[in-house]
Amino acid sequence: MKSSPARRRAAATAAAVCALAVALAGCGGTTKKDSDNSGPARTDAKADPGAPLKKGLKLAFLPKQINNPYEKLIDQAGITAAGEFGGKGKEVGPSDASASSQVTYINTLVQQRQDAILIAANDPNAVCGPLKQAMKKDIKVVAYDSDTAPACRQLFINQAGSEEIGRSQVQHLAKQLDYKGEIAILSATQNATNQNTWIRFMQDELRKPAYKNMKLVKTVYGDDDDQKSFQETQGLLKAYPKLKGIIAPTTVGIAAAARYISGSSYEGKVVLNGLGTPNQMRKYVKDGTVAQFSLWDPKKLGYLGSYAAAALASGQITGAEGEKFKAGKLGEYTVGENGEIILGPPTVFDKSNIDKFDF
Amino acid sequence: MKLRWDTAVGVLLVAVFLTGLGTTDGFASRDNLAFAFNDIAEVALMALPMTLLVVAGQVDLSVASMLGLGSALTGQLWDAGWAFETIVPVVLLVGVAGGLINGWLVTRVGLPSLAVTIGTLALYRGLASVVLGTGAITDFPETYAKWAVDTTTVPGTFLTYPVVLFIVLAAIAAVVLHATGLGRSLFAIGAQEDAAYFAGIRVKRVKLLLFVVSGLISAFAGVVFTLRYGSARADNGQGFEMLVIASVLLGGVDFDGGKGTLFGAVAGVLLIGVLKNLLTLNDVANEVQVIVTGLLLVASVLTPRLITTVSAWRHRRAAASTS
Repeated sequence: MKSSPARRRAAATAAAVCALAVALAGCGGTTKKDSDNSGPARTDAKADPGAPLKKGLKLAFLPKQINNPYEKLIDQAGITAAGEFGGKGKEVGPSDASASSQVTYINTLVQQRQDAILIAANDPNAVCGPLKQAMKKDIKVVAYDSDTAPACRQLFINQAGSEEIGRSQVQHLAKQLDYKGEIAILSATQNATNQNTWIRFMQDELRKPAYKNMKLVKTVYGDDDDQKSFQETQGLLKAYPKLKGIIAPTTVGIAAAARYISGSSYEGKVVLNGLGTPNQMRKYVKDGTVAQFSLWDPKKLGYLGSYAAAALASGQITGAEGEKFKAGKLGEYTVGENGEIILGPPTVFDKSNIDKFDF
Repeated sequence: MKLRWDTAVGVLLVAVFLTGLGTTDGFASRDNLAFAFNDIAEVALMALPMTLLVVAGQVDLSVASMLGLGSALTGQLWDAGWAFETIVPVVLLVGVAGGLINGWLVTRVGLPSLAVTIGTLALYRGLASVVLGTGAITDFPETYAKWAVDTTTVPGTFLTYPVVLFIVLAAIAAVVLHATGLGRSLFAIGAQEDAAYFAGIRVKRVKLLLFVVSGLISAFAGVVFTLRYGSARADNGQGFEMLVIASVLLGGVDFDGGKGTLFGAVAGVLLIGVLKNLLTLNDVANEVQVIVTGLLLVASVLTPRLITTVSAWRHRRAAASTS
């Protein structure tokens, strides 16, 4: 029985690493007792509500990923809005929705001396360091659609209260299912801030006695990728034959799920609801695969984002609660707590009104 | 005339860099250069053992998953209240264990490394998800985080500390590959494994060592990545294995083994990093960037073959005309 060189080497390595561990641990440990949880980013600047909007402001929209159709709508509306007040908007972004992919772009936008960065965060914390750097250099940071940690931006443009979105998704589906049966959620990425907040409110809503006959059996993730969402839907329906309803709170997910259900044996047996755009969902509403879904108007969101960023960059507001500014033709908005600005309640789309919308 | 491909990549890197200096505002700023190089720190670190592996005719596709596992462990143990000084060695040990698994499957079971590490790519990523689930863990100690971020540089330069570490390790790897018996044995194994074995090289032992080093460095890259982004996640570094391998191939390291230089691999990594930064600064869309990288890769694989073919053809013609 010879001890093989490989085994000896492994043992030696292990011993060395352990020795190192002991040596290091001897230096006293740094543990997580001292984490700081600061509130939203604050400047010492005073707001001057009467200040005029600056001309020639450079605004950059940074979506989760460049081919996210929903965020593209927001960004394009925001870029158009920037034209209204003599600013210049552009959209840049990564091709994959990973946490780290946005960081490169933030750094670049800082180098390009943009006046404001509007970001839909893939991860609330991974983008923090570079965003704080941007704010240090007096570049304004506005989050939209998916928030960053509050300390890493000055404003968050929220499409609707997260609670309202989450609870209303469950309420709508429950009505369709007559408050009974197994349901599942098809989400985007596992770490999407907005998705996870909504899902928490959905779970909370389901705890109410009214839903005692409904059961959330699974949450699956389609990564906002059409094909993966399609496959996840397929997997769900195969794994849970008693499934009665699916909530897909993502425009990519609901469209992929509708495409799978449409024309399959599940059509008419499984109710799909969630957040989608009228153009993607029109044919599924018309052919009866989907009865209703909801969303807010992304164009208004982009419009509001641009005006909020401009108000910030012009010194009309600083991001403190209670400050007011005028968002062009949308009228006056007030900054809420934690720098949040709420656009308004979501719209429910069904056969009766879907043809009034084109986005 | 014999232009070596790795020299060509080096020249291209310098050319891209000078183009950036000449044409693009903000490219030359200290902040930007610090960021651009720090942004590829983990890929660059993992490219060093990868270069040695590819020279020896092996490949490790599990590096990015090991980075993710390292990140997930760092986060979960930190969240559980462990001291950071204890977490790092534990994560490194897990990296060594992962490398041993790869190495044993390749050397003991005799499976090709491509097949083994495709398996462990999924396995280690899966383990990362088991360790950390779907969330993210944040609030890492400033004491250590500041060494990883691009805002801390060696005073007076744009070199961040992960990049400094890379330079040191790259120098060591260059010496090992090009100036030691171990390095020569890697080329021998890559060129003709049986011949190397009969020449008395301990092929299995060398291979095992390479996989262990690769696992170790990948796990460490996981710690660096976690600190740099301040966010530990199971899916961190997803897809990086392709970037690492692409960089190595771009540097003219032959995927069939037996040929390549460490200088080439380093130039390849830096070229991908600088090019990405420069194109992004000029608002070149991501899709176009991917195409550029792809074309470069195809060129790097094709060009040496073309050169060989053309010179062989010239030889034949010369031989024909003299006879």
